Amino acid sequence: MTTAPVRTIAQVAPLPLRQRVRLWVESEPVLAYLFMTPGWLILLLFMSYPFFLGIWISLTDRTVGLPTGEFVGLQNYRDLLRDGVFRLTVLNTFIYGFVTVPFKLLLGLLLALLLNQAFRLRNVLRAALLLPWIVPTALSSLAWLMLYDPVLSPFSWLLKDLGLIDASISFLGSRGHAILSLCLANIWRGTPFFAVAILAGLQAVPQELHEAAAIEGANAVQRFFAVTLPVIRGIVVITTLFSIIWTFADFQLVYVLTKGGPANSTHIFGTFAWQEGIGGAGKLGMGAAVSLYMFPILAVLSAILLRHVRSQEA
Amino acid sequence: MVGSNRLSSRIVFLYIPLALFTIFLLFPFYWMLIISLKPNSLLLNTRVNPLYLTEFTLRHYRYLFENTDFPRWAWNTAVVTFGATLLSLTCSILMGYALGRFRFKGGNLMGTAVFLAYLIPPTLLFIPLSQVVVRFGIYNEYWALILTYPTFLIPFASWLLMGYFRTIPRELEECAMIDGASRIQAMRRIILPLALPGVLSAAIFSFTLSWNEFLYALVFMGSGHMKTIPVGTVNDLIRADVFQWGPLMAAAVLGSVPVAVVYMFFVDHYVSGMTAGAVKG
Repeated sequence: MTTAPVRTIAQVAPLPLRQRVRLWVESEPVLAYLFMTPGWLILLLFMSYPFFLGIWISLTDRTVGLPTGEFVGLQNYRDLLRDGVFRLTVLNTFIYGFVTVPFKLLLGLLLALLLNQAFRLRNVLRAALLLPWIVPTALSSLAWLMLYDPVLSPFSWLLKDLGLIDASISFLGSRGHAILSLCLANIWRGTPFFAVAILAGLQAVPQELHEAAAIEGANAVQRFFAVTLPVIRGIVVITTLFSIIWTFADFQLVYVLTKGGPANSTHIFGTFAWQEGIGGAGKLGMGAAVSLYMFPILAVLSAILLRHVRSQEA
Repeated sequence: MVGSNRLSSRIVFLYIPLALFTIFLLFPFYWMLIISLKPNSLLLNTRVNPLYLTEFTLRHYRYLFENTDFPRWAWNTAVVTFGATLLSLTCSILMGYALGRFRFKGGNLMGTAVFLAYLIPPTLLFIPLSQVVVRFGIYNEYWALILTYPTFLIPFASWLLMGYFRTIPRELEECAMIDGASRIQAMRRIILPLALPGVLSAAIFSFTLSWNEFLYALVFMGSGHMKTIPVGTVNDLIRADVFQWGPLMAAAVLGSVPVAVVYMFFVDHYVSGMTAGAVKG
């Protein structure tokens, strides 16, 4: 049953125009493109067009107040390379995007393995522990902002109460502290995503293989590497790549917690682009250039991800 | 003896790690909640234990409704979320159906393009997109977000629905068409009802992503009364360095409740939606 019978009839006898138009419209390729039109229209207008417009803007000295601007070639890109704040931003983004990942992955894997056990309240806990990933990040970041408050932080209070420190910790006061604090909040937010994705993957692990390996005398760790890991490898790789891309291109967590401070030392690409292009002087050209510096890295990560998704499909 | 051994190993290897995870992942929410209920006298007293509540007040919530624009932000967020979800869902059902069911030239290419569009982050586009929004005359209007949120909702939802449509056997609609239904009728009456779980996943996911969005809302709809809850809370309730922690945390709680409630009702749809990209491929 590959061709619909209506079409065979159409080939036998000539039909009135109206019906022929209807048949043509209902043929698969025509209908397919017809169906995709509204979606692609939006994507072309609000994604492709701004992308190319962004490349153009980054080559001008356009500002919010002076929306025409002059063509300046690669001046913005060159200026950024000489800008100490931008170099620090690149470094921060790599720390924030890559260093947090092993932690999220390990914690997420551990949590997934725990949630894969049978115990009471399992479903409740599985639901509750995903919350950090579900609620608006800007709002949960506010909770972290208060947890990091130089005076009111409960972490400082607890450590003081236990006699471990004398003075409150300044969580966001220096670059080193602030980056660690940002990473911790990011790990908090990202761990549940890893856990749930890996937990879904664990459902495909054949139970009989586990039992057979146990009978053969393999302990839990050996069974994990021999039986579980090969099955979830694909999901782990894909989840990790997704997470790197999202963290790399993050905005809100850093915007709420530090706004790139103290002294512009904790910016990532997103917040620095905002400050240059919109927030501060409104140098649109410069801001667009900051964003576009992300592009090569994102392109490479996306290509790798696409290849893995494809091989998973096959 | 064996039984107690098993129990103690369960405590060490299961219950204690689970308890630690629960504290780590839920403590910020607990904190949000108790601060939103704590009277200022207790809040600012650094000598008492801040971790629990000895008395509580609803003053901060009242303040939010009487002295700030919070109700308006909530309305704005709801309008934008509803509009963007509806628009994206319509486009995505059509697109997902086309990609998942029709055999046509360029079909694979289109599928790949949708997937890649899903990977383009808002931080890459927001500056030129702000210019597009201004040029189209929709800056600081609901349309600014209703039309731009679909750029990340459509790729995701189409990808998800494409997977769903593929799992429904082709024979079903072919049978309906032999019985005289047109393709559109077959799609509406046979296929769409079967794909309903997927549509629901796409809908609640679009709802959550729109409700939570921050950057576009900040840049395209961030002035005057047009703010959304996250933007209004972060930008208007924090004035200079004076933190009004009570109202701030109350706003954080109220802004999180709608997504948390929807999520609690549809956990399984969420999980399948969330892992669609990673698991189904």
